[in-house]
Amino acid sequence: MSVTTPPVPVRTTRRLPRWAPIPVLVASLLLAAGIQFLGDGPTIAGVFFIGAILFGIIMTVTSRVVEGERYAKDRLATTLVTFAFLLALIPLVSLLWIVIRDGVKRFSWEFLTTDMTGIYGQMVEGGAFHAIIGTVYVTGIASIIAIPLGIFTAIYLVEYGRGPLSRGITVLVDVMTGIPSIVAGLFAFTLFLVIVGPAYKSALIGGIALAVLMTPVVVRSVEEMLRLVPNELREASYALGVPKWLTIVKVVLRTAIAGITTGVMIAIARVIGETAPLLLTVGIATAVNWDAFDGRIATLPVFVYRQYAQGGASADRAWAAALTLIIIVMLLNLVARLVSRYFSPKGAR
Amino acid sequence: MAVTDSPPSEPEAPPKVRAGRAPGRLGNRVFQGISTASGIFILVILAAVAIFLLVRAWPAVTAAPSAFEDVGFMLGRDLWSWVWPLLFGTAISSVIALVVAVPLSIGIGLFISHYAPRRLAQGLGYLIDLLAAIPSVIFGLWGIQWLQPLVSPLFTWLSTNPATAWLEENVGPTIFSGYQAPARNILTAGLVLAIMVLPIITATVREVFLQTPRLHEEASLALGATRWEMIRQAVLPFGRSGVISATMLGLGRALGETMAVLMVLSPGYLINFFLLQPGQHQSIAANIASHFPEASGIGVDALIASGLILFVMTFGVNLVARWIIARRAEFSGAN
Amino acid sequence: MSKRIDVNDLNVYYGDFLAVEGVNMVIEARSVTALIGPSGCGKSTFLRTLNRMHEVIPKAYVTGKAVMDGQDLYGPGVDPVEVRRQVGMVFQRPNPFPTMSIADNVLAGVRLNNRRISRSDATDLVERSLTGANLWNEVKDRLDRPGSSLSGGQQQRLCIARAIAVEPQVLLMDEPCSALDPISTLAIEDLIAELKNNYTIVIVTHNMQQAARVSDRTGFFNIAGTGKPGHLIEMDDTTTMFSTPSVKATEDYISGRFG
Repeated sequence: MSVTTPPVPVRTTRRLPRWAPIPVLVASLLLAAGIQFLGDGPTIAGVFFIGAILFGIIMTVTSRVVEGERYAKDRLATTLVTFAFLLALIPLVSLLWIVIRDGVKRFSWEFLTTDMTGIYGQMVEGGAFHAIIGTVYVTGIASIIAIPLGIFTAIYLVEYGRGPLSRGITVLVDVMTGIPSIVAGLFAFTLFLVIVGPAYKSALIGGIALAVLMTPVVVRSVEEMLRLVPNELREASYALGVPKWLTIVKVVLRTAIAGITTGVMIAIARVIGETAPLLLTVGIATAVNWDAFDGRIATLPVFVYRQYAQGGASADRAWAAALTLIIIVMLLNLVARLVSRYFSPKGAR
Repeated sequence: MAVTDSPPSEPEAPPKVRAGRAPGRLGNRVFQGISTASGIFILVILAAVAIFLLVRAWPAVTAAPSAFEDVGFMLGRDLWSWVWPLLFGTAISSVIALVVAVPLSIGIGLFISHYAPRRLAQGLGYLIDLLAAIPSVIFGLWGIQWLQPLVSPLFTWLSTNPATAWLEENVGPTIFSGYQAPARNILTAGLVLAIMVLPIITATVREVFLQTPRLHEEASLALGATRWEMIRQAVLPFGRSGVISATMLGLGRALGETMAVLMVLSPGYLINFFLLQPGQHQSIAANIASHFPEASGIGVDALIASGLILFVMTFGVNLVARWIIARRAEFSGAN
Repeated sequence: MSKRIDVNDLNVYYGDFLAVEGVNMVIEARSVTALIGPSGCGKSTFLRTLNRMHEVIPKAYVTGKAVMDGQDLYGPGVDPVEVRRQVGMVFQRPNPFPTMSIADNVLAGVRLNNRRISRSDATDLVERSLTGANLWNEVKDRLDRPGSSLSGGQQQRLCIARAIAVEPQVLLMDEPCSALDPISTLAIEDLIAELKNNYTIVIVTHNMQQAARVSDRTGFFNIAGTGKPGHLIEMDDTTTMFSTPSVKATEDYISGRFG
């Protein structure tokens, strides 16, 4: 910075035109392709990777020359921040792309409705019906435990909780959201090992493992939704002579129901793809097990893992099952967003 | 009562406030009881996780080193010399994940909070959140199928470029030495972990950046700052503790993530920094998942003991992260 | 149906903090009593003790007596929920339940309490309450629309209809017009004048013209300084209060030389 001389009219800085980044980007990509031709020939990944670096360098240097150091830094920051975001989209897009590409090979109505009974070697038949049923069972058990427990805990924290107990629960629920899924699996395993004995395997164990993971997620999202309900509505209800518990049930929960539904669905989506705890607790089976309380049971994530590990024709089934799983998860997320968008009370926020 | 000429529309005489009649008092009691019990039950679960793991881990902790000789996957080591390399593998994969994910997350957080057009920002946030919804087993598939071939040329270059070669010649092996395709090494595993913790860190960082007081930002812009200078002066200092706690949350997740490491990494039980060589490292979580089905007797106890160590580690990391968040909320006045 | 309330030496505490001290007051049946005073003087706090709404705040409690037609509101075993059914309340900001229709908002006091009501009784009650709140003609064609679709003034009258639908003895109003425009305010003031025929009304207001317009008696609350308890300085017929108040502080406040 130079020492300022006596009042100067507003200095006009030389700026690059608004469209300047576009030709630079095109030039960078072409240059990147050119560089790769000198080596082993261009690849898409290589062009974009090297092109992005070239763009950053060229843009910054040009800006440094034309606009000065401060603007050059600003441009560099803008470039880096934008690339960070685009970079993060690459895994999302590529993942969805390969799951769809490799998944559709075997994905069909038949795949969804047959199990793996009598399938061996390189047979291409068979499907994930048993795994879908198992996933429904295990997730259902987890939901039956975690949803009421989570909602009531959230009600306690928002409507009743005060003092050290409430603070303690808040902190530990937060910490519980960070429990590794494999530890939840070990817990459910040891719980039944100690209480029932080593031979027992069933969907129930997996359900309890998932419930441990799901409950804190439900608590957090429901708590957030209940806190959004304006206090004025509670007061209006009390002033009508409505007891507190009816106020909670009929006013607070009723007002927050869309948000709670959204939170619960996202929590289900979060645990439905859990693999590690189920690997430890419910194992794998080849046929549908209709009994939730006895016997090994197949689940979609474990099915994906096991089929992929076998390779060959099984790997195609793994991709098809992965596609099934992604469709379920994305649908849950989508419906959850739609519920919160269209069913939230308009005047409540 | 002063009311003798009640309007005729009143069907009954006004009721008195009676002592002893308590509408909903039983309902209140029951409801409050259930709610409080649920809250306490969560504490019980958490305590049960610790206690049951401790009970089953205890035989392994107190056993003589010779007791593990028959456990195949422990390679004849005693509990501690078996756990150390696993701890090391867990730590190094998590550190790699954070080194990659934290700067990226800060960039994404800034992009969503301060660069993207306001109307798009929320939708772009959802896109990143979608990453968090993808099951870990599918990240594993993706890591093997898509990421490994993609990074292989890069790793080859890292391993064979003149600088690495010169260092190997004159100093000794470097962290990039000895790459062998396919890329089933700790760096690839760390990269997959980075993608998985990215949405967790981004979510927190983004919120914190959005909370920057407008007055600070405008004060900076009014002094003639460029956007980047404003961010350095107002947004980043304000968000620093948020970034730290988000990093801790990401660390907690990375430490315990199982499937990505299990599927991508070719395991080994050594302590070294050869990031590109397969068969060198393994994480606690992936190790449990791969050996649990075949384990029996004291082997199960040893695996549970390693799980307990993982639990304590993640518990501590998360507790510190929450503590930082809570302390910040108290002192910043942002909430 | 309306009752008088006698308040004797009432103190309101928030934990250790004494918020309002030593209030003695007679609230006549079928009259409008206005409570005025500077912000933070405890007039809203006092109002809330008349139907025990202050108990919503943890650690808030009351000493002294508030007696409604011989029934001590704070007597042993008296349930606050039962008190609130007798003493209704209208709040500063209109707060219709956003998930309910206009008709359901009126019926909220009945429905939320799980009381059964026949369809024709319900229709009657809705019409009677909305008519009583001067809102019937404006909303009779859209009773099933959400309550939040109304304008602010209409919402506030809906809240009044909701309050009188449970047929209380007393109606408390906590600055009911402070969030409304002048025309809506006028509508509410007209309504108060009509409601006075059937209810005992206590209204807290910051607007002295309003107090002068609608009330029969006026009480002036003041506070000596921050952290000190609020006191009822003076209470008299509204005309007297606004023409010849006996306390200097009242005169200063009313003539605008204060606060």
